Amino acid sequence: MAKVLLSGNEAIARGAYEAGVKVASAYPGTPSTEIFENLPLYKDVLYSEWAPNEKVATEVAYGASIGGVRSLTAMKHVGVNVAADPIFTAAYNGVTGGFVIVSADDPSMHSSQNEQDNRHYAKSAKMAMVEPSDSQECKDFLIAAYEISEKFDTPVLFRTTTRVAHSKSLVQLGERTEAAVPEYKRNVRKFVCTPANAYQNHPKVEENLKALEAWACTSPLNRMELKDMKVGVISASIAYQYAKEVFPENTSFLKLGITNPLPMDLIREFAAKVEKLYVIEELDPFMEDQIKAAGIPCIGKELTGLMYEMNPERLREQIFGEKPAVTDVGVAAVSRPPVLCPGCPHRGFFYTMGRHKDFVVAGDIGCYTLGAAPPLSALDSVVCMGGGFSVAMGLAKAFQVTGRTDKKVFGVLGDSTFFHSGITGAVEIMYNQGNVIPVVLDNHITGMTGHQDNPGSGYTLQGEIAASLKVEEVLKGCGFENVIIVDPQDLKAMEQAVQDALKSEVPAAIISRRPCLLIKRMKHDIGMCKVDTDKCIGCKKCLTVGCPAISVNDRKAKIDPNQCVGCTVCAQVCPMKAIEKEA
Amino acid sequence: MKEVKSALLVGVGGQGAILTARILVNGLMRAGYDVKMSEVHGMSQRGGSVSTQVRWGDKVWSPLIGPGAADIVVAFEKMEAVRYANYLKPDGVAVINDYEIEGATVAAGLAKYPEGTLEAMQAHFTCHVLNAEKIAHELGNPKCMNIVLFGSMVKALHMDDIDWESVIADTVPPKFRELNLAAYKAGYDAV
Repeated sequence: MAKVLLSGNEAIARGAYEAGVKVASAYPGTPSTEIFENLPLYKDVLYSEWAPNEKVATEVAYGASIGGVRSLTAMKHVGVNVAADPIFTAAYNGVTGGFVIVSADDPSMHSSQNEQDNRHYAKSAKMAMVEPSDSQECKDFLIAAYEISEKFDTPVLFRTTTRVAHSKSLVQLGERTEAAVPEYKRNVRKFVCTPANAYQNHPKVEENLKALEAWACTSPLNRMELKDMKVGVISASIAYQYAKEVFPENTSFLKLGITNPLPMDLIREFAAKVEKLYVIEELDPFMEDQIKAAGIPCIGKELTGLMYEMNPERLREQIFGEKPAVTDVGVAAVSRPPVLCPGCPHRGFFYTMGRHKDFVVAGDIGCYTLGAAPPLSALDSVVCMGGGFSVAMGLAKAFQVTGRTDKKVFGVLGDSTFFHSGITGAVEIMYNQGNVIPVVLDNHITGMTGHQDNPGSGYTLQGEIAASLKVEEVLKGCGFENVIIVDPQDLKAMEQAVQDALKSEVPAAIISRRPCLLIKRMKHDIGMCKVDTDKCIGCKKCLTVGCPAISVNDRKAKIDPNQCVGCTVCAQVCPMKAIEKEA
Repeated sequence: MKEVKSALLVGVGGQGAILTARILVNGLMRAGYDVKMSEVHGMSQRGGSVSTQVRWGDKVWSPLIGPGAADIVVAFEKMEAVRYANYLKPDGVAVINDYEIEGATVAAGLAKYPEGTLEAMQAHFTCHVLNAEKIAHELGNPKCMNIVLFGSMVKALHMDDIDWESVIADTVPPKFRELNLAAYKAGYDAV
């Protein structure tokens, strides 16, 4: 077969196919999403799905492993926080079919809230970890990860980073090999995590790790590239590629693919061969600390630092002090920050929130995080997926116990986030009588990660029609008797909905509902707005809606016809009625 | 080719920089080079600044370059040229589309679109400036602007040993084949 150019994520999907994986479940999150977007290519032999959240996805995949088939889950680094509970217990129980958890970390936070280093999870949960450094390894190492999982009775954390996941390189494809599926037998001792069973499982976990460490010292996933013995480099993941580029060609390398447990005898053997030893890794001194604790001197983080992703130029400067020749042309570019798209349904909602100085609004993770940016400036906090409702609850309680009755608290999240982990926040508000208006911004899709289906969108990952769960039915089931459904593009109705919810005698919630304009399978009422320059007085009120299609030049508003979709939110705020939608 | 070459294609979301990078990569693969390509996804609202890196040679290690390491920057929009100018090697080459997209910050009146972007680039680097939007418009479809720029890039990098016309023909949808081949030639001849 010819070589093809694949991203790391595409190669992982291909690897799952070739490894004989049969069940896969995930929740989208950058930079992991494309793994599962590519799995339906193999839907004839590999069932794949979007789960409501990463914990559910992990449990589904792990259940499939208990059921005897090879299974896969994948998530961004913070998704592993959500899934940590089943992961830690799966590490004690072990597997039947091979079970791999992909953690896609995001050094430099290209699209994340932190740059946590998930290698620590493997160590802390006591499970195997495999780290690929390019697309070929993404495919080949994934297949090896299933063998490790089954041989050593452990889940495997398959850890990538943004540059491994999203970079494209050449991959030699292979054929699918079906993995044997044993007959299903109930195994209470192994899979029921009572304290007595866990007590017996823990020593097995320690034994398995020891056996895996010994095996890892001879595995082809960990390899020495011996050249001149003056300088040796230990590296893994994408940092290996940077180090290969930066260190002289005659440098010796120990390239690690299995990084938990670290193959310490192999490391010791390599360290003994070289005069000067470097450990090159992004983020935390995960390998370096363990190598030093084993009594092996090495150089690492004192030069490379703890933060942000590496690149060859940065690494060259850190190690050899060679600064790249960088030219300053003397003209600065203006930033192009991410903003809500023209016609985004969230705009009308956030415009309404921003007009009330007494509103306190706890937001969430999604496109609507952009409601925090000026000029909308309508959010007080964003913490995590599903935190919108529950953080709002804490704010309301803080105001309540300190007698600050002038604040009106809203908790805001999207439809996909509601199904992910917002429902429990709604239950909390109802159960503990929170003075909070929960708001679901229902645009019928998982927007920010690039339009994945969710339990409310009516379709599955594999493109089949699915039950479409109604947000209002869930909220009513939680006890919100007054669920107000409003079109956020109608600013008067939006304001009325907010006031009605605040005045409601019974528990009230708002659903701000309009589909995302970028959903391809839906028909949208696309039009265009135009400025009547005779009426426009250049007051710039239209700029307060934060639409990238509007600008004001020479005291007249201008609408970019290439961007405008005719949502009319700007027209509704114009005091001179100078903006109209064209017929 | 022992030495690895690095190209940076920069523009504004929706301008077709990624398709252009794919054509480049397809041609390089056909010529037998090792190729790596890197792009950042996420926060992918329309109108944001986008960049794609392509590296090729006998053996490419890193898919990513840092500042001061690009042999060529192809800017699909002229402010993007100065944004990524620090990535160019001192003897690097820039292909710049003399075309302006204000962006949300400028449109909202929070900042002014910088003046003198082309002059600043020309003062420091070998630059090939063209109005690819106008050329594409004259060819009958503004969307082929990216292939016009690609033609200029091939000329600027002296990559004539690859049969780019057949690569383009194989990469773009059949109904846009003639248009894109004309766009490639026009871009090649424009610099």
